[in-house]
Amino acid sequence: MKKPIILKLAGLTKRFGTVLAADAIDLTLYKGEVLALLGENGAGKTTLMNMLFGQYTPDSGHVEVCVNGAMQRLPAGQPQAAIDAGIGMVHQHFTLAENLTALDNIVLGSEPLFSFRRHLQKARRKIEPLMQGAGLIAPLNERVGTLSVGERQRVEILKALYRDARVLVLDEPTAVLTPQEADSLFASLRHMVDRGLSVIFISHKLHEVLAFSDRIAVLRHGRKVGEMQTADADRGKIAALMVGEEISPPPREHVTPGNQVFSLHNVTVRRDSTRDSLNDVSLCLRAGEIVGIAGVSGNGQSALAQVISGLTQPDSGSLAVAGQPLHRPTPKTMIKSHVGRIPEDRHHDGIISAMTVAENLIIERLDDDLVQHRGFLRHAAIDANAERLCRAYDVRGPGIHARAGLLSGGNIQKLILARVLEQHPQVILANQPTRGLDFGAAGEVGQRLLEARKRGAGVILISEDLDEILTLSDRIMVMHDGQLTETTSRDRAAIGLLMTGHGHSQTHDPAPETTPGVQI
Amino acid sequence: MISIEPRQQISRGMRIAIPIIAALMALMLAAIPLAFAGAPILSAYGQMFTGVFGSVFSFTEMLTRATPLIFTGLAAAFAFRARLWNIGAEGQLYLGAMAAVAVGSGAIGAPAFVMVPLVLLAGALAGGIGMLGPAVLKTRFGADEVVTSLLLNFIILIFVQMMLEGPLKDPMGLGWPQSEPIIDAATLPRLVSRMRIHAGLLVALVMALVLHVVLGKTVWGFRIRAVGENAAAARHAGIAVNKTLLGVAMVSGALAGLAGVSEVAGLKGYLTADLSPGFGYAGIVVAMLAGLSPLGVVLAALYVASVFVGADSMSRAMGVSSFLADLVVSLSLICVLIGGFFARYRLVWHRKENAA
Amino acid sequence: MMEFLDIFLNESFWAASLRIATPLIFGVMGALVCERAGVLNLGIEGIFVVGAMTGWMAVWMGAPLWGGVAAAALSGAFFGLLHAILTVPLGLSQHVSGLGITLLATSAASFVYRTALPRVDSPPRIIPFKPLDIPVLSDIPFFGPVLFQQTALTWLALLVVAVVWWVMARTPLGVALKAVGDNPDAVAAQGLSVYRLRIGAVVAGSALMALGGAFLTMSAFDAFFFGMVNGRGWICIALVIFASWQPGKALLGALLFGMFDALQVRLQTQAGAIVPSQIFLMAPYVLSILALVFVARRADYPRALLKPWFKGQR
Repeated sequence: MKKPIILKLAGLTKRFGTVLAADAIDLTLYKGEVLALLGENGAGKTTLMNMLFGQYTPDSGHVEVCVNGAMQRLPAGQPQAAIDAGIGMVHQHFTLAENLTALDNIVLGSEPLFSFRRHLQKARRKIEPLMQGAGLIAPLNERVGTLSVGERQRVEILKALYRDARVLVLDEPTAVLTPQEADSLFASLRHMVDRGLSVIFISHKLHEVLAFSDRIAVLRHGRKVGEMQTADADRGKIAALMVGEEISPPPREHVTPGNQVFSLHNVTVRRDSTRDSLNDVSLCLRAGEIVGIAGVSGNGQSALAQVISGLTQPDSGSLAVAGQPLHRPTPKTMIKSHVGRIPEDRHHDGIISAMTVAENLIIERLDDDLVQHRGFLRHAAIDANAERLCRAYDVRGPGIHARAGLLSGGNIQKLILARVLEQHPQVILANQPTRGLDFGAAGEVGQRLLEARKRGAGVILISEDLDEILTLSDRIMVMHDGQLTETTSRDRAAIGLLMTGHGHSQTHDPAPETTPGVQI
Repeated sequence: MISIEPRQQISRGMRIAIPIIAALMALMLAAIPLAFAGAPILSAYGQMFTGVFGSVFSFTEMLTRATPLIFTGLAAAFAFRARLWNIGAEGQLYLGAMAAVAVGSGAIGAPAFVMVPLVLLAGALAGGIGMLGPAVLKTRFGADEVVTSLLLNFIILIFVQMMLEGPLKDPMGLGWPQSEPIIDAATLPRLVSRMRIHAGLLVALVMALVLHVVLGKTVWGFRIRAVGENAAAARHAGIAVNKTLLGVAMVSGALAGLAGVSEVAGLKGYLTADLSPGFGYAGIVVAMLAGLSPLGVVLAALYVASVFVGADSMSRAMGVSSFLADLVVSLSLICVLIGGFFARYRLVWHRKENAA
Repeated sequence: MMEFLDIFLNESFWAASLRIATPLIFGVMGALVCERAGVLNLGIEGIFVVGAMTGWMAVWMGAPLWGGVAAAALSGAFFGLLHAILTVPLGLSQHVSGLGITLLATSAASFVYRTALPRVDSPPRIIPFKPLDIPVLSDIPFFGPVLFQQTALTWLALLVVAVVWWVMARTPLGVALKAVGDNPDAVAAQGLSVYRLRIGAVVAGSALMALGGAFLTMSAFDAFFFGMVNGRGWICIALVIFASWQPGKALLGALLFGMFDALQVRLQTQAGAIVPSQIFLMAPYVLSILALVFVARRADYPRALLKPWFKGQR
């Protein structure tokens, strides 16, 4: 039986500068189905959905929606029109005002702006059955700023449902969830689909796409390269479609760990938010090993990275590099102690986008004689250094005198790697080093980290991507609620349980559950 | 449908063309208030032009007027490069002038080769400390330096009035609130006889050159640019952001202080509370017109000074209020801002598809 | 010491406090509305000048007093619109644009004034707003003179506070304004226009600022002088931060400020012989700086303040 068509994208095309982000993409969505939009980072998934939702105006092409049995064309570039047509979007980066309550966020934009009062009770009467029906429980009266990531996501979905969405678009919905939270999200969605909701669900995670979708469309480099029923799909075929070639994980040679190169002893950082707090964290890193730190982001990884980068000084506890304790470390002392740092947000902390590639390559070694002579910059030497590093690390762009901001994400990461690895660090902190990179660039980053390990460096790898942790790490630790737990398990479910704060092997009481699970 | 898209690269030609176009636009827009005031527009512009370029005297007057503007323009440009919003150049100018008067009006007697550098140094130091305050409040307490440096202008001006009625008051001043005159040895020498143009201009030009070198060629300049463009990344890379900002504040304030010294010791000879007709604020316009480039500041200061001197002359000849100059200068700022937008972004028109 | 306490017992002190606070209340509310929507408006100082000049000149040219008030508000809205265009769709630096607006508005007001009155030494006067002197109420001891002998503009200012508070806390518009100052994407995703909300807020806020200026020439004094605004706009910017962007606290801040200013005038007359009068004149500015330093900034900060937002840009 053929289901009725509810949504049709016809020839959507969008260009950003010279990049063709979406190239004449056609897509059809049937009522009551889950369509997975699969593709690497930068394949054009998000761009496509933003055009559907009217946040980007397509250069050409259009969107048609079924209204009362007839297909109608949506005006381009108007989110309001998309909302009115029953399209709801849950962005990867939540679009919530943190200074408002969950209820305010849900109701925002649905009432006439210039009315004298608000009808919150009426709104509540509509939302509560939605929450119960779908199993999406969120505290409506709390400010969004105080909600957990899972709760925020539920608010996002409720926003769409409140506006009577018939089509729900979810952009990478599980990126910030634990495996358990993701499962309950899928259960809720399945429940709603059974009642007639249609879902487009964007992901680059094969396993969840195979588990949850009815149909799969694969995008690569802004084009649709394949479409199939999930029942007919197989892993290898889809992966090849996504990447365009078979890829193999980087080879991992055996390296015998050496002496301890870095350690944290009972480090505690007290801040208002969990995100920036650490609770009695100890860690020891030996030469020639990669310690992977898994966990849902926002559980203290930022604080850990800040401490290791020298940006935050612990309230108590100590850290030592190569056995030497460091007192009140700063970024500068960490650099001088041969600790290389690859920051989480490469655009914000990693490069100065308005300065040139050459300048960005020397920014951590301004006191070096290579770079300066009596306070004056040695431009010739700086340029030569840049030429050499760009070649060695394959940094591609408009040239060493171009603004670093013009480079692609992968090339920016290579620039940072070149800057960090060139100083032969004994310790490397790699915080989400492949986030947002395509397979090729991500593979290269992993390769570089393995090379550094082979050379004898110790690597601390913080990542949300469990697959990455499992392929690269010698040892695995899990971060939850500011605490770090080592695990010998390599089982996804067991690690996932630790990520939710369950299964602590330590003697003290487990932390209270901060993210209420969804009960189905 | 119109959308805004960033340009990949801003061309050099564009960087130079934009302030020139903006300045011309501002002059053209000034025709509206001129018409409003009932002046014949073309001859008014002619009068403005000859008021600057019509004689050697008027030209040197323009250079004299440009001198403090170069200093305050540099003060703003240098601070803005580090994203330190020093809006207090007006106050720092008065601090510099006060220091010059305190040191140079007879308290110390020494030959000129000692006195002149001493006066300059004192003024620079006073101005520098004047900006150090807001910078410390910013780095220590996170207090917005825009507001604190602005408010400080008012405090300092009142302080000047207090000093001019008290310790700095000239006993020979017939009751006028003015300071004792600067002694001859501390006076900046005239560059051309019988003209008011003085050695302050040379100091200003040297400063522009020094800042150009500092920003482009030195490690400190690198740090300053890094802090200004992305303080978080600079901190991550081991640059001491606060220390850099305090240094920039000191230099920026010092430059504004030198503007005060130059006006007092080069031009007026004594301090009054109306020493500056807003040179500090005009410096912001100069810096923005210059695209925050130190050498550009010199050119922009010449333009702004020309507008002031030209409009003064036109005002005397035709009875149009000389506030026209302030109008042109502030319009230039607005125009150059808009120009900066078109340098960084382009507007893309999307034609609506025909409904097929 | 007794004399010092006497100041607080005197009703004229409290009446003066409220009077001095009035332009600040307008300015603070205007700045608050702009900043809540995510736009810092440093044009405030110039908009005060324009409002003062326009309101006064309209009346001087024969308009009724309330016509002058309307003219002042319109002039503020005009410069607000300019600032809004520069900073919202064009996304230019709010700092620099605001300073540009201040310079432009001040010079425009001065130019117009000088052109209309080329050679006058003493500025012509108008008949300003009179104290309302509400029968019965103004005869109440203490409260009568303090509250019920103020001019209509002071009452308007208090009304503005109530309206701003109510809009922000109780209406869909206020929720949308707070949202657009916190996360414009949230507003855009719900189908509202970020540009319209922000431009509207800046225009309305600027009109309020201009009323602050109008109070000076149409109620506090009866003529326009150069330099009469004298940093009041900047003080408002400091007060908004001090008030953590809350209308109630902003009113309180403005009143406290008015009190200190009234106090300083009275102390000046008492202690003028010992302490130079300028020390007292400096007080308001010093106080503003201190308010900025000793305030917990984090509370309820509009997170999108100063950050430009472009539609459909990644």
